[in-house]
Amino acid sequence: MIRHIVLALIISVVSNISGYGQVYFTKNGHISFFSKTILENINADNNQVISVLNTQTGLLQFSLLNNAFHFPKAKMEEDFNEDYMESSKYPKSTFKGTIENIDNIDFTKDGTWNVKVNGDLMIHGITKNVTVPGKINVKNGTIAAQAAFKILIKDYNIKIPSIVSNKISESIDVMVECSYQKR
Amino acid sequence: MPYIKLLLLVILFNFFSEKIIAQDSTNLMTQLEHETEKNKTVYAVATFKTSRIVDGQSSENLPKHVLDVRISHRFGPLSSGVYNFFGLDNATMRLGFDYGITNNFMLGIGHSTYQKTYDAFFKIKLLRQSTGAVNMPVSVSFVPVIADNTLKQFDSGKTNFNDRISMVYQLLIARKFSENLALQIMPTYIHADKISFNHIKQNIFAIGIGGRHRISKRVNINAEYYYQLPDDKAPGSHNVFSFGVDIGTGGHVFQLHFTNSAGLTEKSFISETTGQWGESDVMFGFNISRVFQLGKKRN
Repeated sequence: MIRHIVLALIISVVSNISGYGQVYFTKNGHISFFSKTILENINADNNQVISVLNTQTGLLQFSLLNNAFHFPKAKMEEDFNEDYMESSKYPKSTFKGTIENIDNIDFTKDGTWNVKVNGDLMIHGITKNVTVPGKINVKNGTIAAQAAFKILIKDYNIKIPSIVSNKISESIDVMVECSYQKR
Repeated sequence: MPYIKLLLLVILFNFFSEKIIAQDSTNLMTQLEHETEKNKTVYAVATFKTSRIVDGQSSENLPKHVLDVRISHRFGPLSSGVYNFFGLDNATMRLGFDYGITNNFMLGIGHSTYQKTYDAFFKIKLLRQSTGAVNMPVSVSFVPVIADNTLKQFDSGKTNFNDRISMVYQLLIARKFSENLALQIMPTYIHADKISFNHIKQNIFAIGIGGRHRISKRVNINAEYYYQLPDDKAPGSHNVFSFGVDIGTGGHVFQLHFTNSAGLTEKSFISETTGQWGESDVMFGFNISRVFQLGKKRN
């Protein structure tokens, strides 16, 4: 019996060893957003996005600290953290989902694949299920992911006072750019 | 049938290792998140809405390359009645320009109609309240203010420059306790000028306490009180107490308040306030602050 257990362990470790090589991550992914109105254009960048991609299961996760978004005007950054995102109450925004057509991607070959990612996006303490189109690019063994989508402020219960409502768009363009390294 | 047993065991182990692989990404995620949070210092921002509590300085600095144009008005006493339109007929005002050289160092100049005073100051942040990698319970700033009373004197013997100049040195020790509450204490040393007031001592120690309570996203209640040491206090001078609201509109901050001081520079309102709350000398006032980003902000 002992012999069988040892043998079974060896077999399953060997047959799964490839699985451990399938996790890719980044600590300095880039997420930016853009709000456009007639009165004011607002853009912000976050270059400290954490993301983990499992190329075997298609599991894709993002996490960022809201106060790591930087704005061109200091006042905007303060208002974003204090009044809209309430960063001390909701420090993080996260996404956890899967690349639906992960099996179509050959990570051993150079190329670009269109993907569809479905999962839970959490902003301002509110979680919504979203499906977002994106691109996976493989070049010389490095994996890069890109996506662009829109979110509605009201979906995440972010309240904009009427006095500034004409300076902040109801729909925000979000751009994601991450380049991954192997674990 | 030993091979069946072996096969079952392999399937069982495989089942768990699949779980482990799936877990692996999530664990890595958690681990990375912890690392980032641990290495990041989170500074307390917006301890106060603007660089003044009411009359006096708050621990808030202007960010780099931001110009703040400030207009402060104090009207006459409310008790002066309908004839003076409850004080609105006699106003004193200060026009000031503040500018952030860096995020921790700002300069300001101003002119008030009260005793035709010119003033200039700088404010430097010595400590910043933070949590995370660096843990600091309070913010501390240092502010020296120089003021020149240029009001013409009737006995012309008193108008040389040294007699007109006053200096005020303040430490601002502030703590943001929660999203809604911030308090500040201000040990203050004043070297008064010789012509503005009948001081018994030229050097006056005072301690101020101020605070901010947020009542909505855009509206705060602010209050401020300066206590002069009784031995230093000039006869006829009273401690200043002011309170009011400030309303932010993104770019503009309006501060509306009630105070017993007509003076708008530190030396005047801390050590030369003649009004008394008990004696219906209370007056209405407002500050308007408008900020302009002049250069590009880079961290």
